[in-house]
Amino acid sequence: MTVSLIMAQSTVFDAALSRSGQFPLRAMRIDTLQINVGKKCNQACGHCHVEAGPNRTEEMTRETAETIIEVLRRNEQLETLDITGGAPELNPSFRTLVIEARALGRHVIDRCNLTILFVPGQETLADFLAENRVEVVASLPYYLADRTDAQRGGGVFEQSIAGLHRLNALGYGQPDSGLVLNLVYNPTGAFLPPAQADIEGEYRRELEKRHGIVFNHLYTITNMPIARFKHFLERTGNYDRYLRKLAGAFNPAAAASVMCRSLISVGYDGTLSDCDFNQMLDLPVWEGGPRHIRDFDYDQLSARRIVTGEHCLGCTAGSGSSCGGATA
Amino acid sequence: MADYYNDEDLGRFAEIGRARPDLTEKFFAYYQATLEEGALTKREKALIGLAVAHAIPCPYCIDSFAQSCLEAGSNIEQITEAIHVASSIRGGATLIHGLQALNSIDKVSM
Repeated sequence: MTVSLIMAQSTVFDAALSRSGQFPLRAMRIDTLQINVGKKCNQACGHCHVEAGPNRTEEMTRETAETIIEVLRRNEQLETLDITGGAPELNPSFRTLVIEARALGRHVIDRCNLTILFVPGQETLADFLAENRVEVVASLPYYLADRTDAQRGGGVFEQSIAGLHRLNALGYGQPDSGLVLNLVYNPTGAFLPPAQADIEGEYRRELEKRHGIVFNHLYTITNMPIARFKHFLERTGNYDRYLRKLAGAFNPAAAASVMCRSLISVGYDGTLSDCDFNQMLDLPVWEGGPRHIRDFDYDQLSARRIVTGEHCLGCTAGSGSSCGGATA
Repeated sequence: MADYYNDEDLGRFAEIGRARPDLTEKFFAYYQATLEEGALTKREKALIGLAVAHAIPCPYCIDSFAQSCLEAGSNIEQITEAIHVASSIRGGATLIHGLQALNSIDKVSM
């Protein structure tokens, strides 16, 4: 394959990047190792890009988890271990990963669906997270039940509120506790999220007033047009319109701050990808460098070219979107 | 022409500038400016836009502003209340014109 072919702009996203002088996209550093420890989940949300659910069996092995800890030990630049799934807490290595990463002085994030706190066998989970000072990033697509349940399943909102009460009681989200509780808003349909600061204020007011719940920050995340959400878009005749909406809202500032420029994603089988979305699309990191966690090489990977596709428009629309919320 | 209203036409709005693009350009600049955050928030403006869209009534505007309201963070209760405001103003406007009818009747009545 010639260089010119490799560098070809194959998508609307690449063309938009090019117009803004940012093609091809490259990583700047890696400060976050985001690991997807499996696709098993106690929920099966309608927008899930992992297509996770109770019947999924893909799961990170203990050996891969140990390799991840070894990579953290050898690479101090990796400041944060961001653990996702599925419901990551269902992986038997979850607690070991947390304890080992914390022992290495790393910041640890648990991407928690809240209802997992009430699954049999997880009775001590909330205490465990607090004891290890794990940052909890919890999904709550809206502060009202109807929209939350429409996306995440009947009864999820009520149980999520109970989970938030439990976390608040342990100090999560409380001023000066140091226990960080961040919530995630994502649109419950084929539309873009509102301005993060605006909806955060509304969540803060409504959750406090209606349920006495406090939290640190709200992250707005755009739904990616892949997997279950793509099926929804196609089923409802919204796919083309949604893609046009994302493309029309391309924001060069958001493109400059996309999370893949400072994060690398590890699949349950150890495969490296530029993000969790690429991982689900079976798009590993750019060929020519390490593509598995056992071959992790910071210098090579921290300057890698990012593998892009049409779905990347989801991270660059409007105020931008990342696992840490809006980017621009 | 199969349909007077085609939802794909919404995305073709700018094509109205095929003739007199100078006027179209001025209109879109003004249109964008009115919807920017100002003394009113974008969210308040989107709700006003949706209410007006229903009062006009314009299917293009209804589609566009319903999406704008969602993307500004409004929920279905808030959106529905805005539509009811439009409905009540339209209804009120009809009803208060009843006074003109009464005036007309009174003028010729013994």
